Amino acid sequence: MIEILAVLGLPLIGSALLAIVGERSIAPKVNVAVSMLTFLAAVALTVRVISDGPLLVLNRQFFVDPFNVFLVALTAFVGFTTSIFSQPYMRIEEEHGRLTAGRLRLYHSMYQLFNFTMLLALLTNNMGILWVAMEAATLTTVLLVSLYRTPASLEAAWKYFILCGVGIAQALFGTILLYFAAEKLLGATGGALLWTELNNVKGQLEPTVLSLAFVFLLVGYGTKVGLVPLHNWLPDAHAEGPTPVSAVLSGLLLNVALYAVLRCKVLVEGSLQNSFARELMMGFGLLSVVVAAFLLSRQKDIKRLFAYSSVEHMGIITFAFGMGGPIANFAGLLHMTVHSLTKSAIFFTVGHATQKTGTQVMDDIRGLITISPMLGWGLIMGTLAILGMPPFGVFASEFLILTTAIREHPWATPFLLGALGLAFAAVFSKVQPMVFGETSAKRLPLRPTMIPVFVHLAMVLMLGLWIPPFLADWYRQAAKLIG
Amino acid sequence: MVAVPLYAQFINLLAAILLLLAFAMLAQRRVMSLIDLFAAQGAALSCSTAIVAYGTHQPHLYFSAGLTLLLKVVLLPWLLYRLIRKLDVKWDVEGLINVPTTMLIGLVLVIFSFNLAVPISELASTVTRATLGIAMATVMLSFLMMITRRKAIPQVIGFLSMENGLFFAATSATYGMPMVVELGIALDVLVGMLILGVFFFQIREQFDSLDLKHMEKLKEGE
Repeated sequence: MIEILAVLGLPLIGSALLAIVGERSIAPKVNVAVSMLTFLAAVALTVRVISDGPLLVLNRQFFVDPFNVFLVALTAFVGFTTSIFSQPYMRIEEEHGRLTAGRLRLYHSMYQLFNFTMLLALLTNNMGILWVAMEAATLTTVLLVSLYRTPASLEAAWKYFILCGVGIAQALFGTILLYFAAEKLLGATGGALLWTELNNVKGQLEPTVLSLAFVFLLVGYGTKVGLVPLHNWLPDAHAEGPTPVSAVLSGLLLNVALYAVLRCKVLVEGSLQNSFARELMMGFGLLSVVVAAFLLSRQKDIKRLFAYSSVEHMGIITFAFGMGGPIANFAGLLHMTVHSLTKSAIFFTVGHATQKTGTQVMDDIRGLITISPMLGWGLIMGTLAILGMPPFGVFASEFLILTTAIREHPWATPFLLGALGLAFAAVFSKVQPMVFGETSAKRLPLRPTMIPVFVHLAMVLMLGLWIPPFLADWYRQAAKLIG
Repeated sequence: MVAVPLYAQFINLLAAILLLLAFAMLAQRRVMSLIDLFAAQGAALSCSTAIVAYGTHQPHLYFSAGLTLLLKVVLLPWLLYRLIRKLDVKWDVEGLINVPTTMLIGLVLVIFSFNLAVPISELASTVTRATLGIAMATVMLSFLMMITRRKAIPQVIGFLSMENGLFFAATSATYGMPMVVELGIALDVLVGMLILGVFFFQIREQFDSLDLKHMEKLKEGE
């Protein structure tokens, strides 16, 4: 229990603290320290859950099981490494005059608050609070996306606010319907929105109400996952916000939104006893993969390119969970992990690259390997990893998803394979000249901070070759839970 | 047919007013009047919540009614008024589609929502179940308003009115959500509104207008 309080309390206190001291030069260090402490608390929580099993504490309001504990650890970890990356990145942005000290204060405070909302959404047992936390996450990131106050960033933030606001309102309606169905069984006390309680009675929940609720919940939270056709906000928000924000949006927010969908799916599946929820998720997932793959080749801006790649990967994951069953769910969870690690690593290198070259237009970025070998290698490795090249972890999860699809839903395989091939051709043909092309630019005097990038990529590589037994065990338990 | 108690009839009346107000907002072209309509909608909502609380002896609904009154009748309209005065814009609202067409689309949406709500209303045990269709229609109409308006402030009012509809759905189907959730939602709405207030100034600073047609530079696939 103390661990849960620490995991949630640290970023909240950190946010308040940074709102006060955010303008001083010590702020980035405070940001890193708070993120590190949060990560340590998450590790302690993880250890506790491994030894004691699932936790249900504080008047049943918080719930930790194998499914969310690994996401908590992942969120805290990526939050920590991103704070390390953001330290030099934001300093250079300030030196370039793109940000003032006041903006930096806002940035640091909101960064911690964003982490808090993510962790709250993961840890809460109350479906209503889950909604509140997701909405709060939208609000904090709206401020982060519009940080530069340029016309384009304001437009992106406005679009983000309106689209996700409307989307999340649909999810609220879904939550109301869920409560409506549950209240008859559990009474109008506070218990009727607790996931653990709902899970106990999911077989008796009214199927017609739940199927309608799931449509609203999937559309609502699906907007935040970035599922096609609700993905419009995603590339803009990624491209116009500061790069650390792009990294946490892709690496964390999409995962947490998908987590919300999955929690709902478990309940709906239990009530309906048919494949309605699965088919809906498979449909949305497949559409996202295919549409994103086609849009990838038309991109000119590097951050938009990788934002569309996030849409594609969230589609793959949604499709995997839609298929269901122990193997596909295992693969989906693995893919969530490796995508989050790889994509944030890519955004770290992209951030450095765009900062050095002063542009996000891919045609103007050339010869990164001559400018800075570390940066060039980081980008090309990250790109190969995200495109599903062996021996990286993305290959392992995509391989599992594809083989399951071939066995259970053969009709979907050509779409998946075609889209993956198309995505490979589009992304690799754009990244390759950026890294190896001719350039007249001079070699950089300073070496960029590449430790977070290589740590992430090393973890992705490890997950491709060997999954630690405790992690595999979690994935299996969580996969069973998702059904 | 069971006799409908008096308070339930009042709720039905207020629900009808809510729907009428949603249509009025759809047709209204002046932004100041739009805010008044929004405040009126909040008042109707607050009244109906209080009546449900009285009729069904659900004390926590009194809190929700008070919260609605404070937030949606006093605080948010006041904030919007202040904002408009500070921004010094009192323009007429132009929609993308003309009013009669919007109204017709609105009618279709209402029929659609009523049909959608029928199976759920039948399951509900609350006295107010008949109003679930109206709540859904309000959500849909607000959604339509957001789609057809080009300016920033009407879009936000549409968003807030959609929240009204959702809140009404929660009271009519289930006698309200648990308190902690309701407080959280109210907090989110308020904070969202404050953020938007700051946002409007920045948008106007950058674009010299709150017309969203200036904000169509970011296109898909480029």
